[in-house]
Amino acid sequence: MSGDEARDAILGAVDAATDAVRDGDPDAAHATLARDYRSVGALDGAARLDRFEGRLVDYGVDVVRLRAADVADALGARLDRRRAAHVVVPRGTPDAWRPAFAGRTTVRDDAPHDALEAADATVSGCAVAVAETGTIALDGGPGMGRRAASLLPDVHLCVVRASQVVELLPEAQARLQEAAAAGAPITWISGPSATSDIELERVAGVHGPRTLVVLLVEDA
Amino acid sequence: MSDARIPLPFHEAAPAALEDGQLRRNLAHVTTSIRAKRADATAELPDWEALRQAGKAIKDHTLRNLGTYLRRLEARVEAAGGTVHWARDAAEANRIVRDLVAAEGVREVVKVKSMTTDEIDLNGALAEDGVVAIETDLAELIVQLAEEPSSHILVPAIHKNRAEIRRLFLEAFDLPPEALSDDPAELAGAARRFLRERFLEARVAVSGANFAVAETGTTCIVESEGNGRMCTTLPETLITVLGIEKVVPTWRDLEVFLQTLPRSSTAERMNPYTSFWTGVHGGDGPRAFHLVLLDGGRSATLADDVGRATLRCIRCSACLNVCPIYERVGGHAYGSTYPGPIGAILTPQLRGEPRDGELPYASTLCGACYDVCPVAIDIPSILVDMRRRTVDARRAERALPVGDAVDAALRGAAVAFATPRRYEAAQRLARLGQAPWVRGGVLRNLPGPLAGWSDVRDLRAIPRQAFRDWWRERGGADGEGDA
Repeated sequence: MSGDEARDAILGAVDAATDAVRDGDPDAAHATLARDYRSVGALDGAARLDRFEGRLVDYGVDVVRLRAADVADALGARLDRRRAAHVVVPRGTPDAWRPAFAGRTTVRDDAPHDALEAADATVSGCAVAVAETGTIALDGGPGMGRRAASLLPDVHLCVVRASQVVELLPEAQARLQEAAAAGAPITWISGPSATSDIELERVAGVHGPRTLVVLLVEDA
Repeated sequence: MSDARIPLPFHEAAPAALEDGQLRRNLAHVTTSIRAKRADATAELPDWEALRQAGKAIKDHTLRNLGTYLRRLEARVEAAGGTVHWARDAAEANRIVRDLVAAEGVREVVKVKSMTTDEIDLNGALAEDGVVAIETDLAELIVQLAEEPSSHILVPAIHKNRAEIRRLFLEAFDLPPEALSDDPAELAGAARRFLRERFLEARVAVSGANFAVAETGTTCIVESEGNGRMCTTLPETLITVLGIEKVVPTWRDLEVFLQTLPRSSTAERMNPYTSFWTGVHGGDGPRAFHLVLLDGGRSATLADDVGRATLRCIRCSACLNVCPIYERVGGHAYGSTYPGPIGAILTPQLRGEPRDGELPYASTLCGACYDVCPVAIDIPSILVDMRRRTVDARRAERALPVGDAVDAALRGAAVAFATPRRYEAAQRLARLGQAPWVRGGVLRNLPGPLAGWSDVRDLRAIPRQAFRDWWRERGGADGEGDA
């Protein structure tokens, strides 16, 4: 089969090319590579949340800081403001948030694409968030939904708990290791979708949600 | 690639580009503003240099052990339900993709911006089967509608201004003139509406990828607009074409490149969207995933001790934006998917057509590209090495006649520069010899074969007194041998 022939030829060429330079035990050699960059943050809890909020604001994200008991009310208010009558509510969304969806049509994240497309907004939690880069990571776990759910509707409301916010990217990568190893699809979101393709002028909102709202829960 | 699209060689394309005032203005605007932003974005991180060195070390390690990591990647992707294909060259890669698309029976695929599929001209290959590849990145869509190649790795349409883009969209989306202004937000909105239908209908998507993780079999796309998320999430079948040098050993390794790439390319703390997927995942995303691993000259480059460093490139485009040559001639003059300093070393190695031999000369060797490179590729040294090879090859072929002026001058220079004594003697000789051609301190209208040099360059005349003479006169120690 020609596929095997190509595979053997490429790997053969690669092996021949690296014959004189490759390591006896690549994994052991990899473990000794110098990593002199920061892998643990230095900010305390409050400063970390402030930095996260500041980065999100820079990206044009609507940020609300609140207490856990107020999440349902805040979600309802934001959905009202966006006139969101039709909302995607992923499987695993906390029951405590349900009052926010009263009087609205809800669809689950596993609804067909056209049903998700017809929704005005989606609500989700997150797996981890990075203060330094203003990044939210979704790994498809409970309350996050499948990827299309946070992609097709024009508004994304994401609830982030303070305990999920780390300062640096390497800290987030460590927390996501297990999900990555398990093959979970992971999406990092850092502000609303954007382009600078026309004369380098930044335009918020191309294909992804044009509005991103982050509800930052300080006591959870 | 049709004959009409075979680009001019650099020495013919560059003067034409220099005559294009609009292009010069667009390029100057873009490169100047992004240079300043990039400098801020990298200065903000106290550990920028450590990240840069770690990125270099990880890539070097990976390239040295590429066979191990490619086999591991293949095993992990297949364990996760994906299919791995191997392609020695562009023709094989295109054949694989064409067969996969034909098996799905579709006439249209959505495509996310990818240097690698540009490199192999996949769109052209699909067109032979009557399959339309719709570019979904806004800038790629613009250049596709204009039927032009892209001119920048990151901002492929920087040579087009808003008025030109508006005209393209009105025609392509069949809109009346009053339906669309030239406001970038409105233009982006028009593209959103046009492409949303395509995303929802598409059964097959084709992408490149920024990284693939051997440890987990995870593929990664870094983007801004959301078209990457659409393409990797909505269609039933996803085909990803990946250069074999894009693999990294572990998930953790991404923590380095995902810090350095966005700050180097768009000068952002983080790009809006980064997608990671591993094979196929029940109930979320495509039901079939095909990963096409492309060699395309990479294993040959890998064998070269100097050239190997080129494969560290993560395609950020920072080197384009700081390059004085790129800033003036733009991307098309390079006649390749990969323009600018990185293109000047990558294209001759990956493609290696005779015409590419002049690309390493499209540089002032100022070194700005090396300074900004997030994986510390010493581009100037590689350029010099490639120039040496070009000259050696020409000499070996006896293509260089004895008496070739440039070669003779350079050999002469090598002799003159070899010792301080010879250098000073040559300087004295030149001071006497230059007199007839000095006008206002500048050498003009040099005779014979040197005319070509003085016609296009301002060469300062050799001063009456050299610095070294001045230094000695003031009782300074002779620098010879001193540090």
